[in-house]
Amino acid sequence: MTPGSTTAACAALLRRDLTLAWRRRGDIALPVLYAVIVVTLFPFALGPEPALLARIAGGVVFVTVLLAMLLSLDGLFRPDIDDGSMEQLMLAPQPLALLVGMKILAHWLTAALPLIVVAPVLAGMLHLPSAAMGVLVVALAIATPLLSLLGAVLVALTAGAKRSGMLLALMLLPLCVPVVIFAAGAVAAAQDGLPWIAPIAWLGAGLALALVLAPLACAAALRIAMES
Amino acid sequence: MTTAQPLLEARALCFLRQDEPVFGPVDFALHGGEIALVEGDNGSGKTTLMRVLTGMVRAGEGEVLLDGAPFSLDTMAGAVVFLGHHLGLKFDLSARENLRVSAGLYGVRRGAQLDAVLADVGLAGFEDEPVRRLSAGQKKRAALARLLLLPARVWLLDEPYANLDREGIALVNRLLREHAARGGAALVTSHGAVTFAGDEPRRIRLHA
Repeated sequence: MTPGSTTAACAALLRRDLTLAWRRRGDIALPVLYAVIVVTLFPFALGPEPALLARIAGGVVFVTVLLAMLLSLDGLFRPDIDDGSMEQLMLAPQPLALLVGMKILAHWLTAALPLIVVAPVLAGMLHLPSAAMGVLVVALAIATPLLSLLGAVLVALTAGAKRSGMLLALMLLPLCVPVVIFAAGAVAAAQDGLPWIAPIAWLGAGLALALVLAPLACAAALRIAMES
Repeated sequence: MTTAQPLLEARALCFLRQDEPVFGPVDFALHGGEIALVEGDNGSGKTTLMRVLTGMVRAGEGEVLLDGAPFSLDTMAGAVVFLGHHLGLKFDLSARENLRVSAGLYGVRRGAQLDAVLADVGLAGFEDEPVRRLSAGQKKRAALARLLLLPARVWLLDEPYANLDREGIALVNRLLREHAARGGAALVTSHGAVTFAGDEPRRIRLHA
């Protein structure tokens, strides 16, 4: 792998972001802790009837994971813009979209993957039947990268604004709705013994589209943000 | 040593912010082996000029040519290295790790070695210290190490002398002279309080 080649650049950037995340492990633990606390509170608020909890388990887990991912989204490009690393990335010989894609991948690995790992435990606490557990994990595995990509575009779009947290949450909400509908729909269908492949396929189509378009959109938005 | 084709050339370069001219028009041609000093008071647009020259900010009027061709961020392929007020260092990583990232992104100058470069800028013994714990001057040195390691031919240095002690200033001047001797070009901004590399440099004056 020669330094300066596209693979070397992607590897270097991915490694940098993962190292940085590891040096601040507490920040990775926070969304997981948040998800655990939220899901744990539901049975206390709604009462411990297994039938009721099993009915809402899929939806609760999805909404919780989504909100937990929102916590870390603002830190996707902001530190790089503040310390000048983004300028270095833009001047690098590799296409910015590719490098941004690597940053999104690193974000998904550090913010979403731990949530996917604990999600079956959380769903188990809410009595989700084991038959639907596999569908839950599959749906999460497709829905979370989709959210990372959609979120990244919005973070890049609001990167020029000073206090963008509120704006980001407002803009992300309508984009999250279809993801939640399809993902939770797949789990509900599996719980009822119905075919669940269609909503998963829709999510997969959305992911394929976002994989191609989101990094390009991010790169364009970041260039505009860096102009000011 | 100068070549016929200018490495970096600006023609009637103007920059307007909300229809107010920030600087310009600026004309200059920088050949390989040349170093030019951009002078101007605070707010005269030195940093903006640098950002326009990197291609990150679009100029209002005029054009920038790299190797005689108009350039954009997509086509210049690492020919330019920029050192700005923000150093582009990750404070949680060590100087060595930071350099390794830059090397991965931009490639490495032929014959340059990571440890030798760090020793050259005076960071021997601090290679594995997180950048957060280095002094402001040492952080600057860690960023300067990038100049030595990367293969870029054009250096754009925005206030490289800030935060540096007398030895550090001498270091920047030495790096610039070596770069010019290799046939590279450099554009350096300063508000004029320091002794600049060697004899009389080319001066580009910006008026507010």
